[in-house]
Amino acid sequence: MKKRIFAAALAAAMLCAVLSGCSGSSSSSAAASSASESAAPQANEITVGIAQDLDESLDPHVAVAAGTKEVMFNVFEGLMKPTSDGDLTPAIAESYTLSDDQKTYTFTLRQGVKFHNGETVTADDVVYSIQRCADDTNGEPLVSAFKAIESVEKVDDQTVAITLKAPDNEFLAYLTTAILPADYDQQDTAPVGTGPFKFVSRTAQDSIVLEKFDEYWGTPAQLDKVTFKIIENADSLVLSLQSGAIDLCAHLNSTQVAQLDQSQFNVLEGTMNLVQAMYLNNAVAPFDDVRVRQALSYAVDKQQIMDMIADGHGAAIGSSMYPAFGKYFVPELTDYYTQNIEKAKELLTEAGYPNGFDMTITVPSNYQPHMDTAQVLVEQLKAIGVNATIQPVEWASWLSDVYTGRQYQATVVGVDASNMTARALLERFTSTASNNFINYNDPEYDALFAQAQTTADDAEQTALYKQMETRLTENAANVYIQDLADLVALRSNLDGLNFYPIYVLDLSTVHYVQ
Amino acid sequence: MRYTVKKLTAFLFTMVVVSLLTFIAFDLISGDPAQAMLGTEATPEKLAALREQLGLNQPLLVRYGQWLAGFFTGNLGTSYNYNLPVGQLIAPKLGLTLCLSFLAFALTVIVSIPLSMWSARRAGGRADALFTALNQFFMAVPPFFTGLLFTWVFSLTLGWFVHGKFPGFDQDVPGSLWYLLFPAMALALPRIAMTVRMLRSTILSEMNKDYVRTAISRGNDWNMVLRRHVLKNSLVPVVTFLAQTMAEIVAGSIVVEQVFAVPGLGRLLMASISNRDYPVVQVIVVILALWVVLAGTLADVINRRIDPRLNLGGDAQ
Amino acid sequence: MKKRMNRSPYLTAGLILTGVMAALILLGFFWTPYDPTAISGSAKFSAPSFAHLMGTDNFGRDIFSRVLKGAGTTAVIALSTVLLGGGVGVLVGALTGYFGGIVDEVLMRLNDALNAFPSVLLALVIVSVLGSGKYNVIIALAIVFVPSFARVSRTAFAALRDANYVKSARLMGASPLRILAVQILPNTLHVLLPAFTIGFNNAVLAEASMSYLGIGVKPPDASLGYMLSESQSMLSAAPWYALCTGMTIVLLIFGVGLIGEGMNRQNKGVG
Repeated sequence: MKKRIFAAALAAAMLCAVLSGCSGSSSSSAAASSASESAAPQANEITVGIAQDLDESLDPHVAVAAGTKEVMFNVFEGLMKPTSDGDLTPAIAESYTLSDDQKTYTFTLRQGVKFHNGETVTADDVVYSIQRCADDTNGEPLVSAFKAIESVEKVDDQTVAITLKAPDNEFLAYLTTAILPADYDQQDTAPVGTGPFKFVSRTAQDSIVLEKFDEYWGTPAQLDKVTFKIIENADSLVLSLQSGAIDLCAHLNSTQVAQLDQSQFNVLEGTMNLVQAMYLNNAVAPFDDVRVRQALSYAVDKQQIMDMIADGHGAAIGSSMYPAFGKYFVPELTDYYTQNIEKAKELLTEAGYPNGFDMTITVPSNYQPHMDTAQVLVEQLKAIGVNATIQPVEWASWLSDVYTGRQYQATVVGVDASNMTARALLERFTSTASNNFINYNDPEYDALFAQAQTTADDAEQTALYKQMETRLTENAANVYIQDLADLVALRSNLDGLNFYPIYVLDLSTVHYVQ
Repeated sequence: MRYTVKKLTAFLFTMVVVSLLTFIAFDLISGDPAQAMLGTEATPEKLAALREQLGLNQPLLVRYGQWLAGFFTGNLGTSYNYNLPVGQLIAPKLGLTLCLSFLAFALTVIVSIPLSMWSARRAGGRADALFTALNQFFMAVPPFFTGLLFTWVFSLTLGWFVHGKFPGFDQDVPGSLWYLLFPAMALALPRIAMTVRMLRSTILSEMNKDYVRTAISRGNDWNMVLRRHVLKNSLVPVVTFLAQTMAEIVAGSIVVEQVFAVPGLGRLLMASISNRDYPVVQVIVVILALWVVLAGTLADVINRRIDPRLNLGGDAQ
Repeated sequence: MKKRMNRSPYLTAGLILTGVMAALILLGFFWTPYDPTAISGSAKFSAPSFAHLMGTDNFGRDIFSRVLKGAGTTAVIALSTVLLGGGVGVLVGALTGYFGGIVDEVLMRLNDALNAFPSVLLALVIVSVLGSGKYNVIIALAIVFVPSFARVSRTAFAALRDANYVKSARLMGASPLRILAVQILPNTLHVLLPAFTIGFNNAVLAEASMSYLGIGVKPPDASLGYMLSESQSMLSAAPWYALCTGMTIVLLIFGVGLIGEGMNRQNKGVG
């Protein structure tokens, strides 16, 4: 008898657990929505598929993941804002002037810019935001380029003056840093900015919802609502496009795109804006020998890699710079090393490895393009007698072992620029940079960089950066491969997506065509 | 009473072991929450500061003790990634995953029993051979593959559900249950095949026994004999097997959630492990473990009810 | 006692099928028509033909060669998992089932805990600590499989603990180990061996799931499970990839399953 009760109780407990979850945590459980979105007239909203959740703080000053910044680009703005052509345009600032000594920028704020919580942007907010990012009392400031700031001052309610320690041509590009309300402390879970879309909600490992901000100062967004659906599984992403669950998806590869019905989707091709290479640990033998690194560079056929992994899509590169950065890109470097097996073997023999050697390529296993590239590399390296094994690791392990710990021989990964400066891509290779994960050590490179930081002349600075890129290539710091193609599929009744030279997804211009 | 106390202590023991193992597991894996949170912005100083802040520098047992104390007082911790209380984060997903596994389990039971009886009746015939072949076939197809096929057939071709658009229980309960039916079927298929095979086997053993032959020779109806006596006696090993099946279904739901883009516990678990979001993983692991143990205990209890002669745990009656 | 019928046709079929698969796998260890990792831009996604019996994949690699190698990997993983996990599990179950008492209680509780622990996390940890690669996958899966074997074995050994012949062996002073190995074990085989075949089946599926989630065997090491999950994204470009890989998995499991089925039927005296 007791056992019957016990059994019944257990069964009831299990059922309760199941049903309580099923009936949902919200009170309006029975209020069935007029769900049929397909039957009703087209709502002015879209669902975007993304492969990774924004599972970190949403505070723009703290967020580190490229995926987070890509989406939140629609929510935040700085004094300046990037355009799809790669220029900077005033955003929260209406205009600025530069003092004669080129050290003080005075920004006049636009009138009536509103935050998503209704407050108006004032100079106090600007000062707060810049100071927060420049604060170095706990070590590195949130925006390390802000170390160059001497002071930030509120001149009056609509004017802010930022004074630098020394003139800096690239400083303006760092002023895309988001301006946040000074008195708001929940940015990490309920962000508030000034962009064309406002943040509505985030459901872990499910979706993020943004809605059009009606009081946006500029050209309002054309869509009313955007839902980002998180679908980490590559096949499910394609299936969701085909079933109609999502309308737009970026960063697809050519196999995925091939499965889409051409009449239902437009596929746009841009670039991912990153430097994919087989990064070599310059401090570890045999990669400390420039001849070995050059040999590896001669063994590789970039076009074959692009053919194999992306049906030929992609842009070959020869140094730590990608083509979208037209101002700094040096096209001649791309073909500095063309595949030359004989030359490669010669160099290896010279360096003391006539029969090649064994090596390990550590790859972050969550990035399929890098895994695929590594497989092709392994085959290509066989031709010169180099026997490479792939060691796939989880991202967290890659970060701790390869990026911070620098315990590796070679790795295939893509490095991007967080803002549109050459410095963002090149500074990391100076010998003292904290993120110099390849242990590149070249006094001439360091000297060039130091010079580039002090010169006020834009043309001279550009020339110096180009020289630095050339040094990287000549020294074969890494085996450079490509800037990956960014394939974006959107439903054929959508239009208006523009590509940027940085990793962002600007939805303010996307709209339905009739 | 003694039995209940015993089972309760077993529960607790399992929970402690499972959660301790998880703690130890994280100590062994490379990469920690601080590293995952700082990403490529990490510098040795920032890492050290964050680790101090998160309390990661304390010895393992201290951290475990703190977590355990918190758990029993209702404080499930706060997610490192989402900065939300773990309970709040998990609540909507818990019901979903339990619902999914329950559906799959129910499907397994509902389909297996009649199917195995039918198959046992036709033992030795041509239909039986075909049936066995089909059975073996279904045991061999991984759920992620059937999931894909189901999507192709039922979503893309027939349009019975929209793949990737799970309505959510707070929006549409019947629609959500309908959507879950498909991943549940994908999960259940290999389990049904295995259960049928097992149940059929035990039914056949039973049918060979003397009491059955006696009953039949006395003129009792086949079906009645089957249902009233044979089935009941065959169920004992199968109930245990089914409890194990629940464990496998839960494990399989992690894969199937990804295939069908269902926002359940499995996906959160995978992502949290990737991000080293310890507090979330701890709680999910304990919950899943408890669910499995619950299923096992229920099976135990049912078995005792069916066959009081059974002495599985060394208990006195 | 049970009547010994003629060998069940299922058993025969199973042995033949498994034998053929084993022969092919063995062949694959020494020779494959093409190098399984050789890429070729011109041969991408070509349909099955005389040159490529099962066509080529997205890297232009010959699928037949990869399937041969992959079947070998899968078979080795599944077999090792079952032998290792099953061996340990049966041992544990034998000891606890026979001796009972406090040892039984503690070990069974530990067993339950291990069983309840999500296999994904367990596998992930082991692969993370030891590195990826098929040997570590085997260790991970073997540990995951111990509990179910332990439980089956325990029930079987406990049931026979008080059988007459065991009691007389005890009275005659035989050591427990001898009793376990010589007296009881042979009489539990009819339960254990089918469990091993089901375990094999489950191991293949588990490895496939692990590959799907990205924690199983990694390229260029390929298992059938990994290839099947890879083939999904190329279903429209190269359906033969999924088809051939899927069929191979089915045949592999089918063969072993038929053996188990045949053994079951023989014991039951049903054809």
